[in-house]
Amino acid sequence: MFKKFSLQETLSGQNPVKSSVVRGIRTKLCTSYPGIEPHIDLILPKKSNLVQLKCKDHITLFAVDNEIVFFQHFDLLVPTLTLLHSFPDILPRVQVDRGAIKFVLSGANIMCPGLTSPGAWLPEELAEDVVVAVMAEGKETALAVGVTKMTAKEMREVNKGIGVDLLQYLGDPLWKTQL
Amino acid sequence: MEQTEPAKKTVLYCAICTLPPEYCEFSASKKKCEQWLKETHPAEYERLYSDQAVTEKLAMTTLSEDKVAKEAAKMEKAVSKEEARMARELEKKMASKVLIKRVERNKRKCVTSVFGLDVFGVDLKKTAKAFANHFACGGSVSKNPQGLDEIVVQGDFSEEIMELIHKLHPEIPKENIAIVEDEKKSKKKPAA
Ligand SMILES: [Zn+2]
Repeated sequence: MFKKFSLQETLSGQNPVKSSVVRGIRTKLCTSYPGIEPHIDLILPKKSNLVQLKCKDHITLFAVDNEIVFFQHFDLLVPTLTLLHSFPDILPRVQVDRGAIKFVLSGANIMCPGLTSPGAWLPEELAEDVVVAVMAEGKETALAVGVTKMTAKEMREVNKGIGVDLLQYLGDPLWKTQL
Repeated sequence: MEQTEPAKKTVLYCAICTLPPEYCEFSASKKKCEQWLKETHPAEYERLYSDQAVTEKLAMTTLSEDKVAKEAAKMEKAVSKEEARMARELEKKMASKVLIKRVERNKRKCVTSVFGLDVFGVDLKKTAKAFANHFACGGSVSKNPQGLDEIVVQGDFSEEIMELIHKLHPEIPKENIAIVEDEKKSKKKPAA
């Protein structure tokens, strides 16, 4: 999603978010991501200075203390990779094998074989359209944030095509964006 | 019952390629990354680059030996390419100048424009704001007639701005910053 992103070119407006709206976002985060709930007061305190950066292509970034912590695409609110690194357990995980790392780092969506091979790992149960942390064989920090395109069962059985759509990956333009 | 608050984890990032150091091996600047880690975080370096760690990584790779060699050659090429690119960029930087110019708007008022900072990787918007704060005046980024970005500060601050740039960005060589007089007077003053 951020393969060719440039904040300078796409930013259309920047404004602080009202505390009533912050409350709404907190609720949304907790219901979409049960893993965020225990950390919500650290991630987004009730009285935090949340800033909203509206960009083109229906993308909105949210920042606290000059750090981008979430991005929104249409209705989908996603934690950034930076936030995921600070709070590693907020998202369900999948793992790609070592061979897939360099493709992910160049922005490719993740194909099923990269998620089902011996070096990879998939949870027993995982639904479609779930935002996941993409881990990598032999690495401790997350490689990317993505969204599943089929269930874990289908990935194992079909083992073809895109299993996880990439939302953000290490080194992409959003990763490098500083406020 | 009160739960103990889970703490935020601090992650180390590579100062060269910005990734966590365990991913540096995939970066085109990996030699520099390795050097940086060795100098600044020896323990982490030991963990990632020790003989044992390297052997484990090799065991993970499912590619045939032939392919491994090919991959290595490819990587080598990418690395030397990246290094050449960096060298070229550095050369370009060293050759380019930051120009500070006083431009008269009318008899009493003038602005100071600063051109060329972006070549040195300086964030123009942030710097314009810093200038504005420092001199308590208006500062902005605007396009010059050539369509290139420059910082414009309200008032005559040529000397002060030069000092401020030295202070904020010591990485820019002093001899690359010059104060120029407005064309109308067509007199060039050497850098102080
Ligand atoms: Zn690095």
